[in-house]
Amino acid sequence: MKELLVISGKGGTGKTVVTGAFASLAENTVIVDCDVDAADLHLLLSPTVKEAHLFKSGLQPVIDEERCTRCGTCRTVCRFDAVTPKLSISHIDCEGCGFCANACPEQAIEMIENVSGEWYISETRYGPFVHAKLGIAEENSGKLVTLVKQQARSVAEESGSDLILIDGSPGIGCPVIASLAGVDCAVVVTEPTISGLHDAGRVIEVAKHFDVPVKVVVNKFDLNEEMTQKTEEYCRNNGIAVLGKIPFCESVVRATVEGKTVVEYDHGEAKPAIVKIWKTLEEELGV
Amino acid sequence: MIIAVASGKGGTGKTTVAVSLALVILEVQLLDCDVEEPNSHIFIRPAITDTEAVPILVPKIDEEKCTSCGRCSSVCVYNAIAVLGTHTLVFPELCHGCGACSYFCPEGAIEEVPRNIGTVEAGSGRGLKFVHGILNVGEAMSPPLIRAVKRHTDKNPVTIIDAPPGTSCPVITSIKGSDFCILVTEPTPFGLNDLMLSVEVLRKMRIPFGAVINRCDIGNRETVSYCKKERIPILMEIPFRREIASAYSKGIPIVEAVPEYRGRFIDLYKSVLKLQGMNQS
Ligand code: SF4
Ligand code: SF4
Repeated sequence: MKELLVISGKGGTGKTVVTGAFASLAENTVIVDCDVDAADLHLLLSPTVKEAHLFKSGLQPVIDEERCTRCGTCRTVCRFDAVTPKLSISHIDCEGCGFCANACPEQAIEMIENVSGEWYISETRYGPFVHAKLGIAEENSGKLVTLVKQQARSVAEESGSDLILIDGSPGIGCPVIASLAGVDCAVVVTEPTISGLHDAGRVIEVAKHFDVPVKVVVNKFDLNEEMTQKTEEYCRNNGIAVLGKIPFCESVVRATVEGKTVVEYDHGEAKPAIVKIWKTLEEELGV
Repeated sequence: MIIAVASGKGGTGKTTVAVSLALVILEVQLLDCDVEEPNSHIFIRPAITDTEAVPILVPKIDEEKCTSCGRCSSVCVYNAIAVLGTHTLVFPELCHGCGACSYFCPEGAIEEVPRNIGTVEAGSGRGLKFVHGILNVGEAMSPPLIRAVKRHTDKNPVTIIDAPPGTSCPVITSIKGSDFCILVTEPTPFGLNDLMLSVEVLRKMRIPFGAVINRCDIGNRETVSYCKKERIPILMEIPFRREIASAYSKGIPIVEAVPEYRGRFIDLYKSVLKLQGMNQS
């Protein structure tokens, strides 16, 4: 069984569109959405939820007003400014470290389990789909990503799948690092802009840092052919394979509006380009 | 006044809007808080005058004093410190720098030492003051670095914050304390889905906001209907033009590539001022 992750560094380069297209081309696959912060893949896959579970992200302090003598120790020790001058907890700022609870001389602070999201195992027209929804303004997206990936692995083992296909999140921080763990290959979808190359470069560095092999796809390559060349040059100089280039194509948005993947939507030049990229990838991964 | 520019979905044009808005305001400061993937500098090309490494404090164990009592590991909820036999090990990448271990160590065996997670650079370019943060590759935690960028805020008169995408801690840390937030979106199902999430975040944080719809002529009209239904003011609509996309790809701000946009961004600024004023009275 292989694990394939699609990431981008910069947001909005077409990561989810590409993952959706791969999902409709791959066979015997478990599909995973690790962009738990702003998940979108379900909009293309219209999943039927089979199982829903609460995500417990960690502990959060609750002050027992009866016991509290208003000494202010919690506010002094907290490094995240999460205890307000009126000595109430600002949950938006709290990192759940528990320092306040341990330091409170009256033992007036209890750490209680915080439910900060949900995760699901669903069925789609392309196979099982594991996804999640992080609550609004919640933390610990990295932990939720790790959980979702573990679940996907057990679903894949049960169903004897050949591949786990993962849609990652933008950026290079904790959810991205969590999504990189243990994957066989990361496909970086970039766009031919200075920002796109800059950001792809950074996420490629992160993947290398964690020893994950990287391949690149240039999306909307014809919007700036010069930048596309620069991106290819960058890849060549860094020993990274460019899997292919996808032209800018209005049908991509139209397909999305209809809740279809580019492969299902039979118009435009984007589809053949993605199909070709998938074939190459399939061969290289050996699935 | 602090105006944040945010977006649930990445790549909707947050940086385009933040940079162009900053460029039409006199006496303004632009803070790029997207420390994972900072892009504003590409459009501003600032001359950097100050560089500062940003550390978080992590524990260092004095083996001589440590009695392996295990108090440190029992107070660390992140499993960043562990006692194995007579050795106390620190896993710096897991440490959030909360300081609990050194505070509770009964032997005074824990000293806190800085570990750099990124860099803040400050300077100026195109007539504005500029600050951004660059997270070190392989670092998971961006909020401490975002806070370091925000310490450069000089509220007078206007600070524009380019926030990272998403709805979780990095975004919250970036937009916290803003007087107004501009949400940039695009009229596609992805854009709308992520806009709805951002709206929930802002309502929870009680920050007044409005929407800018980028590439307004692609996709469908559902985003506009949603905004109307939710009474979210649409501050500006920017159509898809190859010349705008091409200028963006080369790092040229839209107000420079298409001069009529200067006026449009001035209008955007005026709408923000008006809405923000209404909110205060
Ligand atoms: S749990 Fe930690 S971050 Fe939260 S309020 Fe207590 S000391 Fe502050
Ligand atoms: S500073 Fe806090 S997070 Fe870091 S090792 Fe000590 S207790 Fe754990």
